[in-house]
Amino acid sequence: MSDTEIVQEFLVESYENLDRLDQELVSLEKNPGDVETLASIFRTIHTIKGTCGFLGFSKLEAVAHVGENLLSKLRDGLARLTPESTTALLAMFDAVRQILASIETTGQEGERHDEELIASLAKLLKSEPASKNKVSSAPVPSKGEHSKEKAGASPPDIRATVEKKIQEDPHPMVEVPAEAGVVKSAEVVEGVHAQQGARTQSSAADSTIRVDVGLLDKLMNLVGELVLARNQILQFTNSSEDSSLLATSQRLNLLTTEIQAGVMKTRMQPIGNIWSKLPRTVRDLALTCGKEVSIEMEGQETELDKTIIESIKDPLTHLVRNTVDHGIEKPEVRRAAGKNPVGRLHLRAFHEGGQVIIQISDDGAGLDAEKLRRKAIEHSLITPEQGSRMTDGETFNLIFLPGFSTAEKVTNVSGRGVGMDVVRTNVEKIGGTVDLQSKQGHGTTVRIKIPLTLAIIPALIVTCDGDRFAIPQVSLTELVRLEADEVEKGIEMVHGVPVHRLRGQLLPLVHLSEELKLREGHGTGAGQDGAVNIVVLQSDGQPFGLVVDAVNDTEEIVVKPLRKQLKNIKTFAGASIMGDGHVALILDVMGVAQRSNVISEARHRAMAEKHDDTAEKIAEKKTFLLFTGPDDSRMALPLNTLARLEELPNSVVEKSGQQWVAQYRGQILPLIHLGSVLEERRTELKRTPRSGELSEGPPLQVLVCNYEGQTVGIVVEEILDIVEDSADVRHPASRPGVLYSVVINGRVTELVDIPAVLQTSGVTQARQTVQVEATR
Amino acid sequence: MSQPLQFCTFYLDKLLFGVELQGVQEVIRYLDVTRVPLAPGVVSGLVNLRGQIITAVDLRRQLEFPPRPADAVPMNVVVRSEDGAVSLMVDNIGDVIEVEESSFERPPETLHGKVRSMILGVHKLDDRLMHVLDITKACQMAEEVAERNDAVTVDR
Repeated sequence: MSDTEIVQEFLVESYENLDRLDQELVSLEKNPGDVETLASIFRTIHTIKGTCGFLGFSKLEAVAHVGENLLSKLRDGLARLTPESTTALLAMFDAVRQILASIETTGQEGERHDEELIASLAKLLKSEPASKNKVSSAPVPSKGEHSKEKAGASPPDIRATVEKKIQEDPHPMVEVPAEAGVVKSAEVVEGVHAQQGARTQSSAADSTIRVDVGLLDKLMNLVGELVLARNQILQFTNSSEDSSLLATSQRLNLLTTEIQAGVMKTRMQPIGNIWSKLPRTVRDLALTCGKEVSIEMEGQETELDKTIIESIKDPLTHLVRNTVDHGIEKPEVRRAAGKNPVGRLHLRAFHEGGQVIIQISDDGAGLDAEKLRRKAIEHSLITPEQGSRMTDGETFNLIFLPGFSTAEKVTNVSGRGVGMDVVRTNVEKIGGTVDLQSKQGHGTTVRIKIPLTLAIIPALIVTCDGDRFAIPQVSLTELVRLEADEVEKGIEMVHGVPVHRLRGQLLPLVHLSEELKLREGHGTGAGQDGAVNIVVLQSDGQPFGLVVDAVNDTEEIVVKPLRKQLKNIKTFAGASIMGDGHVALILDVMGVAQRSNVISEARHRAMAEKHDDTAEKIAEKKTFLLFTGPDDSRMALPLNTLARLEELPNSVVEKSGQQWVAQYRGQILPLIHLGSVLEERRTELKRTPRSGELSEGPPLQVLVCNYEGQTVGIVVEEILDIVEDSADVRHPASRPGVLYSVVINGRVTELVDIPAVLQTSGVTQARQTVQVEATR
Repeated sequence: MSQPLQFCTFYLDKLLFGVELQGVQEVIRYLDVTRVPLAPGVVSGLVNLRGQIITAVDLRRQLEFPPRPADAVPMNVVVRSEDGAVSLMVDNIGDVIEVEESSFERPPETLHGKVRSMILGVHKLDDRLMHVLDITKACQMAEEVAERNDAVTVDR
């Protein structure tokens, strides 16, 4: 073994031990009498000190040495662990870590000035004996050799102890020089300890080996291939008569399944691996915030795929920090509320329905739904109207919105409004969900639901135009099937855009075959039996219905990424091989939603609600003028936006530049044909010829409205009625120029967005240009 | 005397093509292709090559040949590209042949367009010409087309 290899081994081993140390020391602080833990800490530092002395890292040795001295005093019961000494020891661990990192990168210990740290440790070392009297009266561990020492053990006693140890241990690795009077008692015990430690370590090393993750990935791929070959063989042999062949293939089947499970398991790691760092984080943070927090963990052994473990590490740490900083109150507040001054932070991990649930709960102040609502309205994240309709549960989940912080003031720990949304994004990236429940005064619980592994996910298999597609189950909310006789009633059209009323809410429908251009032309999406299958999906909080030909089954699929050539197609998240050996594409629900504009329009609506105050006021008035727009679609405008309704003969229509105008009451009235503005989504063929030829045909129905001091005429097909309606049932617009879809008099009606229509038709812009020129 | 070059040959619409043997992973008979909606036209789809999902490129479309007759079953020439294996769908497989470097000639100037960038040149065999296909270009084109296709989608 070369020198560098020895150093490398030393680094890996030391890092592992240090990670454990943090946890052990914090637990020791809570339970100072725990000899086992103290001995383990001591052993680790002793090992590091010993090895670095051998490798010639003198600075590291100096730091470790003074720490070891303090630890040995603690272990021998000559001193008690105080918060100061814990902090000093943690600082010492940090220093050791820094030196190790420097050795790893540069091979040198680097320029360091640890004198202060060493001095502070040394000071603690000296000051400790002052409390010696206390120690003897304190209930210090009274097990084995420790008690003997303390009672002023004579050298023969120690010798006996050591000999007993050696007898118990038939394979001593080191002979301890236990000559009476030559070796100090502490050193003897230390020797025995080190010996034991070395033994447990070597046995652990015997039973585990380090394996490159790349190799495991490769094995995983090979197993995938094996499973496929197995499936094909099973298909052949099932039609065979040969009984021995059948038996063999059955055996192959079982073995393959076991191998698959085994290989999957190699990638699994207990969640305790990342939790082990949390007690230290909590301790440090609690000290900074002046709080007392105890951390409890349950289900550390719950296993997750390595890649998932890696990606939830940061969100988890963030949530825990948040809890300590905001969730748990200061001790005096807690005492006043009649609670235990020590806050409780409970981490729990468990399996549920093929997924892993991680719960982070505290018994802190909880969230104030009212305050959250106010904050959200202040920051224009929701409208007051939306706020009043929200349940408390919905309100709590507002804190996952970007730009939201519940902290009264910004601290260096948290409160800058970034974080919770990052937590949600990171968790959703790996196909998980986050949910928050809270009871004011009683605490908060955050539930993270994540899949066991990324490589294999449960998915719904659907068929569309003869091709199979897999839809990841995480984004699936429900399945709706409309029988042939319900299709007519169940699917309504908003200007040619299909919607379905799902429990009173309009659900936009997206035809998979159209989005993917699988077949030409429009269809109802009905399958062979005339029924329509709607897969209700949720993307970015926005539900939509995906119409497919048939819903097959749910299946566990192995996700394979698409090659670079096809990565550009955002509607697919990857591909998978089905049981019959054929390839099926995995739909990216987010991508499908974006492609069909489901998401962007929801955002658009949110923006409109936020910024367009006039629009908001208009919507609150309840008298509407109903009229027929292009293609017989039912549309409406709030009556108070209109000045007059006119019927103009064609003869008065003239063309001024690109704009149709009419002479009206001594003014030139620009005319906007609603059909020409709203029909952008339609294909060229369907464009009504009238839009360009206003000067022919029957008299024009014109709605005259004043907008920002300008009078314009909106040409519609037919004026229907004036109605009063609450128009509560709202739905995001399906195309520009429309504010919302609402239900008026029990029918879906589009509410026209006048500012948008004017802008699209160029009227507003033209006016602005004129103004600019006038000001010059 | 220079080292003889080995080529894996195949036919497209009766023309003989060849790719350097080192670049070829394997040649297999027809595999079921899963079409990829919205993908560029030259991509015929995805095939399952013993548990590996690889992209199949329709070489007829790539090289601007007329579409394959409906009754003809294509073969797969699986080549190694920079981005993993890619299957080239061809009409028929020919032999592995050895040629001398001296028989190579660059394509005539009169050959232009998209095809020229993919054909490195020809080897003059006794009875016919063998077109040397640039594997990287033949696979890369799919990517460029995909990007262009994407841009069109955005514009719309």
